Amino acid sequence: MKTAEAIEHGTGTTAGGVAEEPLLRTEGLRLHYRAERGVVRAVDGIDLSIGRGEAVVVLGESGCGKSSLTKALLRMLPRNVATYSGSVWFEGRNIMSLDDETFRREVRWVGISMVMQAAMNALNPVVRVGEQVAEPLRVHRGWSNARALERAAEMFDLVGLPSDFLSRYPFELSGGMRQRAVLAMALVAEPKLVILDEPTSALDVLTQANIMNVLKGIKARLGTSFLLITHDVATSSEIANRVALMYAGQFVEIASAARFFSAPSHPYSRLLMASVPRLHDPRPPIHIPGQPPNLLDLPVGCRFASRCPSRLAACGDPPPVRRDAAGNVSRCWLEDGGGGSVARDPR
Amino acid sequence: MSAMPEMSRGVEAVHPTAGTSPEVVLSVSELSTWFALRRFGVFRVGDVRAVDGVDFELRRGETTAFVGESGCGKSSLARTLLGLHRPTHGRVVFEGRDLATFGRAEWRAFRGRVGFVQQDPYGALAPFMDVRRILSEPLIVNGVRGRAERERRIREVLSEVRLLPVDDYLGKYPHMLSGGQQQRVVIARALILEPVLIIADEPVSMLDASVRVEILTLLREVQRARNLTLAFITHDLSTVRHFAERISVMYAGRIIEQGPVDDLLDDPKHPYTQALLAAIPDPLAENATHDRVLPGGEPPSLVNPPAGCHFHPRCPALIPGRCDRDVPTEVEPTAGHRVACWLHGPGTGA
Repeated sequence: MKTAEAIEHGTGTTAGGVAEEPLLRTEGLRLHYRAERGVVRAVDGIDLSIGRGEAVVVLGESGCGKSSLTKALLRMLPRNVATYSGSVWFEGRNIMSLDDETFRREVRWVGISMVMQAAMNALNPVVRVGEQVAEPLRVHRGWSNARALERAAEMFDLVGLPSDFLSRYPFELSGGMRQRAVLAMALVAEPKLVILDEPTSALDVLTQANIMNVLKGIKARLGTSFLLITHDVATSSEIANRVALMYAGQFVEIASAARFFSAPSHPYSRLLMASVPRLHDPRPPIHIPGQPPNLLDLPVGCRFASRCPSRLAACGDPPPVRRDAAGNVSRCWLEDGGGGSVARDPR
Repeated sequence: MSAMPEMSRGVEAVHPTAGTSPEVVLSVSELSTWFALRRFGVFRVGDVRAVDGVDFELRRGETTAFVGESGCGKSSLARTLLGLHRPTHGRVVFEGRDLATFGRAEWRAFRGRVGFVQQDPYGALAPFMDVRRILSEPLIVNGVRGRAERERRIREVLSEVRLLPVDDYLGKYPHMLSGGQQQRVVIARALILEPVLIIADEPVSMLDASVRVEILTLLREVQRARNLTLAFITHDLSTVRHFAERISVMYAGRIIEQGPVDDLLDDPKHPYTQALLAAIPDPLAENATHDRVLPGGEPPSLVNPPAGCHFHPRCPALIPGRCDRDVPTEVEPTAGHRVACWLHGPGTGA
């Protein structure tokens, strides 16, 4: 019930300036890397907004640039950066223009926090879990140890860990528990936005489902916004209000979850949905032939064209970005992604 | 065993199991593989009961998926079937002969009859060998004389796994191939000695989501074309319907339910299987609006598993005094569909 509103809200803000300013909005965000053989265009012009209390899922195959997108948002840049440009508006100010120290103090952890891929394996093995969870408060807020630990205990409760686990070491926790601890750490400084990079990909089915339940609970109770980066379409549906599908450094479609999971418009989205195995579907999943283009040497036109079943002559030129009244975005020459009435009738 | 002529649920007792079953390639009875747990590397303080009394048969031309969470013993089971672990109890019988009776020559022959596909394709391929060399090795070891004959078989198997054109791949080293291509080489190597049985341990879990379906489809095609028997270890239940005939669900070292794919997925009997299936989402926007109902707790330690049914501490349908005391006996509510649960036990009505 709450979710339905959030979807409306989310897409409303994308549609344009009238609605309330979203929590985070990027414009033309680019992150290119220098490599031996040229420039890798990992993040290549990303426009995305995330509303307050909204969960946006970025889907994509590996190598599409989705992890680089998180690096660009949180300014965690490697040394070989060739281009880092565009703007990121967070709570009304352009955080791209902040100096590193201000960014570190005012944005990281306290404004936007992150659970990195396989973070549960990156806990310090010789420090008690509670202390690690409390650390952002001591570092960023200057809290005393006791006060920070008290808050850590509250966070443990929120993510469903017994508070006596505060004094345990990481090896004493199972994978699912460590993932909960890492989540508690990301939440402890009460950020408005939490970025999760493949938060469940190394976990078992039941643990995965449990973590998704925890995320839903946090979203409902604290109103935290989430940006979830994943390749797992089915699991992402557990929390998504909106879905952005990334391909070769760009978004090819951004749509409400209801639309994306039932009647996506871009040909790549359609193929992706058909490739998801479903427990009770008699049709076998299909695979998408071909491989994504080399980010070092991208085609001028549509980046998906070489694999696209509905390719046109026009696809040799860069496709237009279409935006419908509800704020759904598609980067394609075909007006409805080539799907005719199916795409026009989301149930 | 399959004496129940009951066919009430649609006549989809797919193929075998009733009467005219294809021949048994491998059978396992009361199989246990325990690992000694030692303190200071010396004193035996207990056993890790990785595989704890399992029974099943693998029949010609069928794919059986072994499904379970990490630590449920499915990889130990695979390694026991391959003869890499010696069973603590019970027997593994391959083509009518007990592995325990094998001598050197039999083991060598066995290695040619049973192929293995590992989880991590990169780790499974020697980085300093090119594809031709990787595929020559098993042929040389198994006495295939003549370079021309080996080359012929290598080309044949590479085109079977669709690494085409073959000439592009023969000279490549593993690091020059994508994950999917590496796994195709691993599959080619498993096939080159023309085995009757392939054991695949999580063959796609290390691969990109977009490549998984492709590799599973390939395995399926090869299995059908060659009428192979396939034991396919996985934690991903959502793919098994399309790539297997039978499923065995493992929990804490035991097979708690096994049966034909459609039967088991559409009408799971064991509360654990039911929980596992309930945890798997279809991609639907409604998922975000409600929590999934899941059993609490975590899988037990294999050193000191709970008495009775291993799932009883987490089971929503626990029968006190029964499930926490006695190990459930396996019953067969419909043909070929077996479950070890007191809810379906004798006297409680299936």
